[in-house]
Amino acid sequence: MKKSIITVVGKDQIGIIAKVCSYLSESRINILDISQTIVGGYFNMMMIVDLNESQKNFLQISDGLEALGKGIGCIIKIQMEDIFNEMQRL
Amino acid sequence: MINLNEVLETNKMIEKENLDVRTITLGISLLDCISDSLQKLNENIYAKITETAKNLISAGCQIEKEYAIPIVNKRISVTPIALIGASACKTPEDFVTIAKTLDRAAQKVGVNFIGGYSALPSKGMTKAEKDLILSLPEALSSTERICSSVNLASTKTGINMDAVALMGKVIKKIAEATKDRDSFGCSKLVVFCNAPDDNPFMAGAFHGVTEGDTVINVGVSGPGVIRSALEEIKDADFTTLCETIKKTAFKVTRLGQLVAIEASRLLNIPFGIVDLSLAPTPIVGDSIAEILECMGLEKAGAPGTTAALAILNDQVKKGGIMASSSVGGLSGAFIPVSEDHGMIDAAACGALTIEKLEAMTCVCSVGLDMVAVPGKTSASTVSGIIADEMAIGMVNQKTTAVRIIPVVGKDVGDTAEFGGLFGRCPIMRVNPFSCDAFIARGGRIPAPIHSFKN
Repeated sequence: MKKSIITVVGKDQIGIIAKVCSYLSESRINILDISQTIVGGYFNMMMIVDLNESQKNFLQISDGLEALGKGIGCIIKIQMEDIFNEMQRL
Repeated sequence: MINLNEVLETNKMIEKENLDVRTITLGISLLDCISDSLQKLNENIYAKITETAKNLISAGCQIEKEYAIPIVNKRISVTPIALIGASACKTPEDFVTIAKTLDRAAQKVGVNFIGGYSALPSKGMTKAEKDLILSLPEALSSTERICSSVNLASTKTGINMDAVALMGKVIKKIAEATKDRDSFGCSKLVVFCNAPDDNPFMAGAFHGVTEGDTVINVGVSGPGVIRSALEEIKDADFTTLCETIKKTAFKVTRLGQLVAIEASRLLNIPFGIVDLSLAPTPIVGDSIAEILECMGLEKAGAPGTTAALAILNDQVKKGGIMASSSVGGLSGAFIPVSEDHGMIDAAACGALTIEKLEAMTCVCSVGLDMVAVPGKTSASTVSGIIADEMAIGMVNQKTTAVRIIPVVGKDVGDTAEFGGLFGRCPIMRVNPFSCDAFIARGGRIPAPIHSFKN
């Protein structure tokens, strides 16, 4: 299973998690872990997700999340987990 | 499991500190294209490059998306053309046809530069090598994407002073041929001592004959990331300073290794090396000079600069070696003047001189890089500057290089504008005393002794 990391950064407001989660649910993407924090009024969230069951490919999901982010005033990115494992772990 | 802080740190490096993959360079051997028919040779070269590199750009774009990491350049390096064209090319004009073929092939596959229009006359010079060198003014002024390099010296062979003298004249001619663009042609030519076979960075990239048929080499860059890490430890001692650079270089290099392996997998081409070089760009926050200033120097070029650069270079290598099992290329800090806004400022205010740059090249990667000098600088003075730099490389068993631009019609106080990643450069003062008689001697400086190191 290849895991990916979704990050959501933007001004805090009602419903950010709900909107991101409904997109993931529609795209049949399973959430494995969520953590979030608010720093200086800015919402920072990270999700570890599994794309195996999704009917969409990585690029479609990436574009879909980017468009969703624009709609709610956040920057949403999805990245393969390897980049963090490689840079942050020996 | 990866935590939020780690994710935010990595993304901060990418978004705020200009961490990027500077280049994925696909090395292609053209040895199997050789023919004694010039037309056939050109056809073979075009076919081989366009077939081998057809997926390079799309693979690069896919990796950019998957990891949300910018890959600034996708490029190609080929076997030195003086070898490939030796049988078919009888004149410099014949070599120019190959330059144009390479340019077309590069355009077709969508890369911005192709390196390897090169010759390696570090000991003796064949007729083909001489013809290729003589073709450079025409080749570099009539093409867009060709990069050229000439290896004039090595620790094993000494310095070919005939070739050094010739390059001085040729560099002046290239400057003249591209005078309407501030002699920009010279920025696509680098002369080397101890040129590596696997360097992914332009203008000096070529696919050496020691390499396999095809190879993926990757150059990472992160001056902004290192500077940002150093800003957090402003008053720390040198031990902490070194440790911080080393740890940061480790992370940056791991990214390069990941991208190289992924590109290798997507293209089904073997992974060669990661080049650890720290390469600046003209944008603020992506500068080697800023790192030196962050270490405590008022400007790059101030006393202490050589020591600061030595620390940076060594610690980047120490961190990088731990991060990748396949390190190669140039692997050091680059100090191109025109491509680094901190270096531009330092040169403009008089803090940085050619002589100080020369000292800096003793402890870091490459050498006098993207240095603009007055257009009136004589060919023999250009050769003298090259000879000095070759001597540093030869004696110290390291790669050194010169990419010098005698800007036609400009003098000290003016600025040359090259545009884009090539940046701009204040014209730097050159020592006015002559070395004509020294360069006119001709012949070869023998290889140095490898014992009695003092």
